[in-house]
Amino acid sequence: MADAPTPYERFIQGILPENPVYRQVLGLCPTLAVTNGLQAAMTMAGAVAFVLFCANIITSLIRDLLKPHLRIVIFTLTIATFVTIADRFLAAYMYQMSKTLGPYIPLIIVNCLIICRCEVCASKQSVVHAGMDAIGQSIGFAIALGSIAAVREILGTGMLFGVSVLPDVWPDWVVMVLPPGAFLTLGLLLGAVNWYGMQKQDA
Amino acid sequence: MKPIEPMEPMKTSTLDRIRNNYIVQAWLVLFLAICFGGSLAGIQLALGPLIEANKINETLQKVPEMILGADKVQNLSDDQKLVIEPHTIEVKKNSRTVFYNVFKAKYPNGKPAGWVAKAIGQGYADKIEILVGLDHKLKNITGLFVLDQKETPGLGNKIITNEWRKQFITKKTATPLSVTKEGAKAAHEIDAVTGATISSRAVCSIINTTIKDLRDPLLNRAN
Repeated sequence: MADAPTPYERFIQGILPENPVYRQVLGLCPTLAVTNGLQAAMTMAGAVAFVLFCANIITSLIRDLLKPHLRIVIFTLTIATFVTIADRFLAAYMYQMSKTLGPYIPLIIVNCLIICRCEVCASKQSVVHAGMDAIGQSIGFAIALGSIAAVREILGTGMLFGVSVLPDVWPDWVVMVLPPGAFLTLGLLLGAVNWYGMQKQDA
Repeated sequence: MKPIEPMEPMKTSTLDRIRNNYIVQAWLVLFLAICFGGSLAGIQLALGPLIEANKINETLQKVPEMILGADKVQNLSDDQKLVIEPHTIEVKKNSRTVFYNVFKAKYPNGKPAGWVAKAIGQGYADKIEILVGLDHKLKNITGLFVLDQKETPGLGNKIITNEWRKQFITKKTATPLSVTKEGAKAAHEIDAVTGATISSRAVCSIINTTIKDLRDPLLNRAN
Protein backbone atom coordinates (compact mmCIF):
# COMPACT_ATOMS: atom_id res chain seq x y z
CA MET A 1 0.00 0.00 0.00
CA ALA A 2 2.14 2.80 -1.27
CA ASP A 3 -0.46 5.53 -0.90
CA ALA A 4 -1.67 4.54 2.57
CA PRO A 5 -1.69 7.50 4.94
CA THR A 6 1.29 7.88 7.26
CA PRO A 7 0.74 8.06 11.05
CA TYR A 8 1.10 11.84 10.93
CA GLU A 9 -1.46 12.14 8.14
CA ARG A 10 -3.85 9.93 10.10
CA PHE A 11 -3.41 12.17 13.14
CA ILE A 12 -3.97 15.45 11.27
CA GLN A 13 -6.90 14.14 9.26
CA GLY A 14 -8.83 13.20 12.38
CA ILE A 15 -8.77 16.75 13.72
CA LEU A 16 -10.47 18.65 10.91
CA PRO A 17 -10.19 17.27 7.36
CA GLU A 18 -11.90 14.06 8.48
CA ASN A 19 -13.44 15.32 11.70
CA PRO A 20 -15.68 12.53 13.02
CA VAL A 21 -18.68 14.81 13.65
CA TYR A 22 -18.30 17.68 11.20
CA ARG A 23 -16.96 15.70 8.21
CA GLN A 24 -17.87 12.04 8.63
CA VAL A 25 -21.07 12.85 10.58
CA LEU A 26 -20.52 9.81 12.80
CA GLY A 27 -21.22 9.29 16.49
CA LEU A 28 -24.16 11.67 16.57
CA CYS A 29 -25.98 9.96 19.42
CA PRO A 30 -23.64 11.27 22.16
CA THR A 31 -23.12 14.46 20.15
CA LEU A 32 -26.80 15.31 20.49
CA ALA A 33 -27.50 13.75 23.86
CA VAL A 34 -24.78 14.86 26.25
CA THR A 35 -23.77 18.27 24.93
CA ASN A 36 -26.00 20.37 27.21
CA GLY A 37 -23.00 21.01 29.45
CA LEU A 38 -19.25 21.13 28.82
CA GLN A 39 -18.40 18.90 31.79
CA ALA A 40 -20.59 16.06 30.54
CA ALA A 41 -19.38 16.55 26.95
CA MET A 42 -15.71 16.41 27.95
CA THR A 43 -16.24 13.31 30.09
CA MET A 44 -17.95 11.66 27.14
CA ALA A 45 -15.10 12.70 24.81
CA GLY A 46 -12.60 11.26 27.30
CA ALA A 47 -14.47 7.96 27.53
CA VAL A 48 -14.68 7.72 23.74
CA ALA A 49 -10.97 8.53 23.43
CA PHE A 50 -10.07 5.76 25.87
CA VAL A 51 -12.26 3.19 24.11
CA LEU A 52 -11.15 4.23 20.63
CA PHE A 53 -7.46 4.13 21.51
CA CYS A 54 -7.61 0.73 23.22
CA ALA A 55 -9.86 -0.80 20.54
CA ASN A 56 -7.63 0.51 17.74
CA ILE A 57 -4.46 -0.85 19.37
CA ILE A 58 -5.92 -4.32 20.04
CA THR A 59 -7.45 -4.53 16.55
CA SER A 60 -4.17 -3.49 14.96
CA LEU A 61 -2.24 -6.08 16.99
CA ILE A 62 -4.47 -8.94 15.84
CA ARG A 63 -5.08 -7.64 12.30
CA ASP A 64 -3.25 -10.56 10.62
CA LEU A 65 -5.40 -13.10 12.46
CA LEU A 66 -8.73 -11.49 11.50
CA LYS A 67 -11.02 -13.44 9.19
CA PRO A 68 -13.16 -11.24 6.94
CA HIS A 69 -16.47 -12.77 8.01
CA LEU A 70 -15.66 -12.61 11.72
CA ARG A 71 -14.02 -9.21 11.94
CA ILE A 72 -17.11 -7.22 12.98
CA VAL A 73 -17.79 -9.64 15.84
CA ILE A 74 -14.25 -9.13 17.08
CA PHE A 75 -14.46 -5.32 16.78
CA THR A 76 -17.69 -5.28 18.76
CA LEU A 77 -16.31 -7.63 21.39
CA THR A 78 -13.22 -5.47 21.87
CA ILE A 79 -15.18 -2.22 21.97
CA ALA A 80 -17.77 -3.61 24.41
CA THR A 81 -15.03 -4.71 26.79
CA PHE A 82 -13.40 -1.31 26.96
CA VAL A 83 -16.74 0.49 27.20
CA THR A 84 -17.65 -1.66 30.19
CA ILE A 85 -14.31 -0.84 31.80
CA ALA A 86 -14.91 2.90 31.22
CA ASP A 87 -18.45 2.63 32.57
CA ARG A 88 -17.40 0.85 35.77
CA PHE A 89 -14.52 3.25 36.24
CA LEU A 90 -16.81 6.29 36.00
CA ALA A 91 -19.31 4.74 38.41
CA ALA A 92 -16.53 4.09 40.92
CA TYR A 93 -14.60 7.37 40.75
CA MET A 94 -16.97 9.94 39.23
CA TYR A 95 -20.31 8.75 40.55
CA GLN A 96 -22.27 11.97 39.95
CA MET A 97 -20.98 12.26 36.38
CA SER A 98 -21.83 8.65 35.65
CA LYS A 99 -25.39 9.34 36.84
CA THR A 100 -25.59 12.40 34.57
CA LEU A 101 -24.38 10.49 31.51
CA GLY A 102 -26.65 7.57 32.35
CA PRO A 103 -27.10 5.14 29.45
CA TYR A 104 -24.92 7.13 27.05
CA ILE A 105 -21.68 5.57 28.30
CA PRO A 106 -22.83 1.98 27.59
CA LEU A 107 -24.12 3.28 24.25
CA ILE A 108 -20.55 4.02 23.13
CA ILE A 109 -20.51 0.35 22.12
CA VAL A 110 -22.72 1.19 19.15
CA ASN A 111 -20.91 4.42 18.30
CA CYS A 112 -20.14 4.04 14.58
CA LEU A 113 -17.06 6.21 14.91
CA ILE A 114 -15.10 3.52 16.76
CA ILE A 115 -16.13 0.59 14.58
CA CYS A 116 -15.40 2.77 11.52
CA ARG A 117 -11.85 3.51 12.70
CA CYS A 118 -11.24 -0.19 13.46
CA GLU A 119 -12.41 -1.08 9.96
CA VAL A 120 -10.79 1.75 8.02
CA CYS A 121 -7.47 2.08 9.79
CA ALA A 122 -6.66 -0.33 12.61
CA SER A 123 -7.46 -3.56 10.77
CA LYS A 124 -5.20 -2.55 7.86
CA GLN A 125 -2.28 -0.61 9.33
CA SER A 126 0.37 -0.93 12.02
CA VAL A 127 -0.03 -0.20 15.71
CA VAL A 128 1.65 3.22 15.33
CA HIS A 129 -0.79 4.19 12.57
CA ALA A 130 -3.73 2.95 14.61
CA GLY A 131 -2.61 4.76 17.74
CA MET A 132 -2.05 8.07 15.97
CA ASP A 133 -5.36 7.67 14.16
CA ALA A 134 -7.17 7.10 17.47
CA ILE A 135 -5.54 10.18 19.04
CA GLY A 136 -6.35 12.38 16.05
CA GLN A 137 -9.95 11.21 15.82
CA SER A 138 -10.40 11.58 19.59
CA ILE A 139 -9.15 15.16 19.48
CA GLY A 140 -11.48 15.85 16.57
CA PHE A 141 -14.39 14.33 18.45
CA ALA A 142 -13.55 16.32 21.59
CA ILE A 143 -13.37 19.56 19.57
CA ALA A 144 -16.75 18.84 17.99
CA LEU A 145 -18.43 17.91 21.26
CA GLY A 146 -16.79 20.81 23.07
CA SER A 147 -17.84 23.39 20.49
CA ILE A 148 -21.46 22.24 20.49
CA ALA A 149 -21.58 21.99 24.28
CA ALA A 150 -20.00 25.44 24.72
CA VAL A 151 -22.60 27.08 22.48
CA ARG A 152 -25.48 25.27 24.16
CA GLU A 153 -24.31 25.80 27.72
CA ILE A 154 -23.49 29.47 27.30
CA LEU A 155 -26.76 30.32 25.55
CA GLY A 156 -28.89 27.97 27.64
CA THR A 157 -27.61 28.72 31.12
CA GLY A 158 -25.11 31.58 30.78
CA MET A 159 -22.41 29.31 32.20
CA LEU A 160 -19.27 27.49 31.04
CA PHE A 161 -18.12 24.41 32.99
CA GLY A 162 -20.82 25.35 35.52
CA VAL A 163 -19.27 28.80 36.15
CA SER A 164 -21.29 31.90 35.33
CA VAL A 165 -19.75 33.84 32.42
CA LEU A 166 -22.65 35.94 31.11
CA PRO A 167 -24.15 38.78 33.18
CA ASP A 168 -27.24 37.86 35.20
CA VAL A 169 -29.49 39.88 32.87
CA TRP A 170 -28.96 37.20 30.22
CA PRO A 171 -32.32 35.48 29.72
CA ASP A 172 -31.38 31.79 29.66
CA TRP A 173 -32.51 30.29 26.37
CA VAL A 174 -33.90 27.13 27.90
CA VAL A 175 -34.50 25.61 24.47
CA MET A 176 -30.73 25.36 23.96
CA VAL A 177 -30.27 22.83 26.77
CA LEU A 178 -33.33 20.87 25.62
CA PRO A 179 -33.10 18.34 22.75
CA PRO A 180 -34.16 20.88 20.04
CA GLY A 181 -31.16 23.03 20.98
CA ALA A 182 -28.87 20.09 20.18
CA PHE A 183 -30.26 19.77 16.65
CA LEU A 184 -30.21 23.53 16.04
CA THR A 185 -26.63 23.92 17.24
CA LEU A 186 -25.35 20.86 15.40
CA GLY A 187 -27.04 21.97 12.17
CA LEU A 188 -25.73 25.52 12.33
CA LEU A 189 -22.17 24.52 13.29
CA LEU A 190 -22.10 21.77 10.65
CA GLY A 191 -23.20 24.36 8.09
CA ALA A 192 -20.60 26.85 9.28
CA VAL A 193 -17.75 24.32 9.12
CA ASN A 194 -18.74 23.20 5.62
CA TRP A 195 -19.16 26.79 4.43
CA TYR A 196 -15.69 27.59 5.75
CA GLY A 197 -14.33 24.52 3.95
CA MET A 198 -15.89 25.58 0.65
CA GLN A 199 -14.58 29.13 1.00
CA LYS A 200 -11.09 27.75 1.43
CA GLN A 201 -11.46 25.51 -1.61
CA ASP A 202 -12.58 28.42 -3.80
CA ALA A 203 -9.74 30.68 -2.72
CA MET B 1 -25.10 -38.42 -26.78
CA LYS B 2 -24.00 -40.11 -23.62
CA PRO B 3 -25.23 -38.50 -20.38
CA ILE B 4 -22.48 -37.08 -18.25
CA GLU B 5 -21.59 -39.28 -15.37
CA PRO B 6 -22.53 -37.71 -12.04
CA MET B 7 -19.43 -36.47 -10.30
CA GLU B 8 -18.19 -38.23 -7.23
CA PRO B 9 -18.38 -35.88 -4.22
CA MET B 10 -14.89 -34.81 -3.33
CA LYS B 11 -13.60 -36.42 -0.20
CA THR B 12 -12.60 -33.87 2.33
CA SER B 13 -9.70 -34.82 4.49
CA THR B 14 -10.15 -34.85 8.24
CA LEU B 15 -7.77 -31.92 8.49
CA ASP B 16 -9.90 -29.83 6.13
CA ARG B 17 -13.04 -30.74 7.99
CA ILE B 18 -11.51 -29.59 11.24
CA ARG B 19 -10.26 -26.42 9.58
CA ASN B 20 -13.72 -25.56 8.26
CA ASN B 21 -15.50 -26.33 11.49
CA TYR B 22 -17.15 -23.12 12.65
CA ILE B 23 -15.76 -23.43 16.16
CA VAL B 24 -12.22 -23.67 14.83
CA GLN B 25 -12.92 -20.74 12.49
CA ALA B 26 -13.99 -18.68 15.47
CA TRP B 27 -11.05 -19.56 17.67
CA LEU B 28 -9.98 -15.92 17.92
CA VAL B 29 -13.45 -14.78 18.96
CA LEU B 30 -13.60 -17.44 21.66
CA PHE B 31 -10.09 -16.75 22.85
CA LEU B 32 -10.70 -12.99 23.05
CA ALA B 33 -14.06 -13.54 24.76
CA ILE B 34 -12.34 -15.55 27.50
CA CYS B 35 -9.53 -12.98 27.92
CA PHE B 36 -11.92 -10.01 27.97
CA GLY B 37 -14.38 -11.80 30.21
CA GLY B 38 -11.61 -12.52 32.68
CA SER B 39 -10.36 -8.96 32.71
CA LEU B 40 -13.90 -7.61 33.17
CA ALA B 41 -14.41 -9.96 36.10
CA GLY B 42 -11.20 -8.58 37.59
CA ILE B 43 -12.37 -4.99 37.11
CA GLN B 44 -15.72 -5.79 38.69
CA LEU B 45 -14.01 -7.40 41.68
CA ALA B 46 -11.83 -4.35 42.16
CA LEU B 47 -14.41 -1.62 41.52
CA GLY B 48 -17.69 -3.30 42.53
CA PRO B 49 -17.40 -2.56 46.26
CA LEU B 50 -16.48 1.08 45.49
CA ILE B 51 -19.57 1.51 43.31
CA GLU B 52 -21.84 -0.03 45.93
CA ALA B 53 -20.31 2.22 48.59
CA ASN B 54 -20.93 5.27 46.37
CA LYS B 55 -24.61 4.41 46.10
CA ILE B 56 -25.07 3.92 49.83
CA ASN B 57 -22.97 6.96 50.77
CA GLU B 58 -25.02 9.24 48.59
CA THR B 59 -28.08 8.47 50.66
CA LEU B 60 -26.39 8.23 54.05
CA GLN B 61 -24.58 11.56 53.69
CA LYS B 62 -27.86 13.33 53.17
CA VAL B 63 -29.62 11.84 56.21
CA PRO B 64 -28.34 14.22 58.94
CA GLU B 65 -29.00 17.22 56.68
CA MET B 66 -32.60 16.10 56.14
CA ILE B 67 -33.25 16.18 59.87
CA LEU B 68 -31.16 19.03 61.25
CA GLY B 69 -30.82 21.30 58.21
CA ALA B 70 -27.68 21.99 56.17
CA ASP B 71 -26.28 24.80 58.36
CA LYS B 72 -26.46 22.87 61.59
CA VAL B 73 -24.85 19.76 60.12
CA GLN B 74 -21.73 21.69 59.14
CA ASN B 75 -21.22 22.94 62.69
CA LEU B 76 -21.53 19.49 64.27
CA SER B 77 -18.36 18.18 65.85
CA ASP B 78 -17.41 14.54 65.44
CA ASP B 79 -18.86 13.40 68.78
CA GLN B 80 -22.21 15.05 67.99
CA LYS B 81 -22.70 13.09 64.78
CA LEU B 82 -26.07 11.39 64.44
CA VAL B 83 -26.27 7.62 64.64
CA ILE B 84 -28.11 6.24 61.62
CA GLU B 85 -29.91 2.90 61.52
CA PRO B 86 -31.34 1.69 58.24
CA HIS B 87 -34.73 -0.05 58.37
CA THR B 88 -36.95 -1.59 55.74
CA ILE B 89 -40.64 -1.01 56.34
CA GLU B 90 -43.24 -3.17 54.72
CA VAL B 91 -46.58 -1.45 54.03
CA LYS B 92 -49.59 -3.42 52.81
CA LYS B 93 -51.69 -1.39 50.39
CA ASN B 94 -54.87 -2.88 48.95
CA SER B 95 -53.54 -6.08 47.46
CA ARG B 96 -49.85 -5.23 47.11
CA THR B 97 -46.97 -4.73 49.47
CA VAL B 98 -44.72 -1.68 49.26
CA PHE B 99 -41.27 -1.53 50.78
CA TYR B 100 -39.77 1.70 52.11
CA ASN B 101 -36.15 2.26 53.01
CA VAL B 102 -36.23 4.31 56.17
CA PHE B 103 -33.31 5.65 58.18
CA LYS B 104 -33.74 6.24 61.88
CA ALA B 105 -31.44 8.93 63.22
CA LYS B 106 -30.52 9.20 66.88
CA TYR B 107 -28.37 11.65 68.79
CA PRO B 108 -25.23 10.08 70.24
CA ASN B 109 -26.89 10.02 73.70
CA GLY B 110 -29.68 7.80 72.34
CA LYS B 111 -32.38 10.49 72.07
CA PRO B 112 -34.36 10.05 68.85
CA ALA B 113 -33.68 12.75 66.25
CA GLY B 114 -35.98 11.85 63.42
CA TRP B 115 -36.70 9.70 60.42
CA VAL B 116 -35.61 9.92 56.80
CA ALA B 117 -37.63 7.97 54.24
CA LYS B 118 -36.63 7.18 50.70
CA ALA B 119 -39.60 7.32 48.36
CA ILE B 120 -40.14 6.83 44.64
CA GLY B 121 -43.05 8.05 42.55
CA GLN B 122 -43.99 8.93 39.01
CA GLY B 123 -42.93 12.39 37.87
CA TYR B 124 -43.57 14.16 34.58
CA ALA B 125 -40.82 12.44 32.58
CA ASP B 126 -39.76 9.47 34.67
CA LYS B 127 -39.62 8.23 38.23
CA ILE B 128 -38.61 10.77 40.86
CA GLU B 129 -36.66 9.45 43.84
CA ILE B 130 -36.64 11.61 46.96
CA LEU B 131 -35.57 11.63 50.59
CA VAL B 132 -38.02 13.11 53.09
CA GLY B 133 -36.89 14.05 56.57
CA LEU B 134 -39.45 13.92 59.41
CA ASP B 135 -39.12 14.71 63.09
CA HIS B 136 -39.29 11.74 65.46
CA LYS B 137 -42.99 12.25 66.24
CA LEU B 138 -43.76 12.61 62.51
CA LYS B 139 -45.40 16.00 63.09
CA ASN B 140 -43.24 18.16 60.80
CA ILE B 141 -41.26 17.78 57.61
CA THR B 142 -37.65 18.61 58.34
CA GLY B 143 -36.10 18.27 54.92
CA LEU B 144 -36.46 17.22 51.31
CA PHE B 145 -33.83 16.06 48.84
CA VAL B 146 -34.21 14.81 45.27
CA LEU B 147 -31.92 11.81 44.70
CA ASP B 148 -32.84 11.08 41.11
CA GLN B 149 -35.04 12.73 38.51
CA LYS B 150 -35.19 13.14 34.76
CA GLU B 151 -37.60 16.08 34.59
CA THR B 152 -37.40 18.65 31.78
CA PRO B 153 -34.12 20.60 32.04
CA GLY B 154 -34.75 24.26 32.79
CA LEU B 155 -38.32 23.68 33.99
CA GLY B 156 -39.16 20.54 35.93
CA ASN B 157 -35.62 19.91 37.05
CA LYS B 158 -35.83 23.07 39.20
CA ILE B 159 -37.36 20.78 41.84
CA ILE B 160 -33.77 19.99 42.81
CA THR B 161 -32.97 23.62 43.68
CA ASN B 162 -32.57 24.54 47.30
CA GLU B 163 -34.91 27.54 46.85
CA TRP B 164 -37.81 25.33 45.92
CA ARG B 165 -37.08 22.53 48.36
CA LYS B 166 -36.73 24.74 51.40
CA GLN B 167 -40.42 25.68 51.44
CA PHE B 168 -41.17 22.12 52.55
CA ILE B 169 -39.19 22.51 55.76
CA THR B 170 -41.40 22.93 58.87
CA LYS B 171 -44.56 22.00 56.93
CA LYS B 172 -47.04 20.10 59.14
CA THR B 173 -47.77 16.51 58.20
CA ALA B 174 -51.34 16.60 59.55
CA THR B 175 -52.86 17.99 56.32
CA PRO B 176 -51.75 16.62 52.96
CA LEU B 177 -49.65 19.12 50.97
CA SER B 178 -51.19 20.73 47.92
CA VAL B 179 -49.66 22.71 45.05
CA THR B 180 -50.82 26.19 44.11
CA LYS B 181 -49.85 28.48 41.24
CA GLU B 182 -50.97 31.72 42.89
CA GLY B 183 -48.56 32.02 45.77
CA ALA B 184 -48.86 29.77 48.81
CA LYS B 185 -50.97 31.21 51.63
CA ALA B 186 -52.31 28.35 53.73
CA ALA B 187 -49.87 26.32 55.82
CA HIS B 188 -50.15 23.21 53.70
CA GLU B 189 -49.70 24.97 50.34
CA ILE B 190 -46.59 24.71 48.18
CA ASP B 191 -45.67 27.10 45.37
CA ALA B 192 -45.39 25.27 42.06
CA VAL B 193 -42.21 25.64 40.00
CA THR B 194 -43.15 28.02 37.18
CA GLY B 195 -43.95 25.97 34.10
CA ALA B 196 -43.63 22.70 35.94
CA THR B 197 -46.86 22.21 37.88
CA ILE B 198 -46.91 18.49 37.15
CA SER B 199 -43.39 17.93 38.50
CA SER B 200 -44.26 19.98 41.60
CA ARG B 201 -47.49 18.03 42.16
CA ALA B 202 -45.61 14.77 41.69
CA VAL B 203 -43.17 15.62 44.48
CA CYS B 204 -46.02 16.67 46.80
CA SER B 205 -48.00 13.55 46.13
CA ILE B 206 -44.95 11.33 46.74
CA ILE B 207 -44.50 13.06 50.10
CA ASN B 208 -48.20 12.75 50.97
CA THR B 209 -48.28 9.05 50.12
CA THR B 210 -45.08 8.38 52.02
CA ILE B 211 -46.34 10.10 55.16
CA LYS B 212 -49.70 8.34 54.95
CA ASP B 213 -48.08 4.94 54.49
CA LEU B 214 -45.40 5.32 57.11
CA ARG B 215 -47.18 7.17 59.91
CA ASP B 216 -48.48 4.11 61.77
CA PRO B 217 -45.54 1.74 61.23
CA LEU B 218 -43.01 4.37 62.28
CA LEU B 219 -44.93 5.54 65.36
CA ASN B 220 -45.18 1.90 66.45
CA ARG B 221 -41.44 1.47 66.08
CA ALA B 222 -40.59 4.69 67.89
CA ASN B 223 -42.03 3.41 71.15
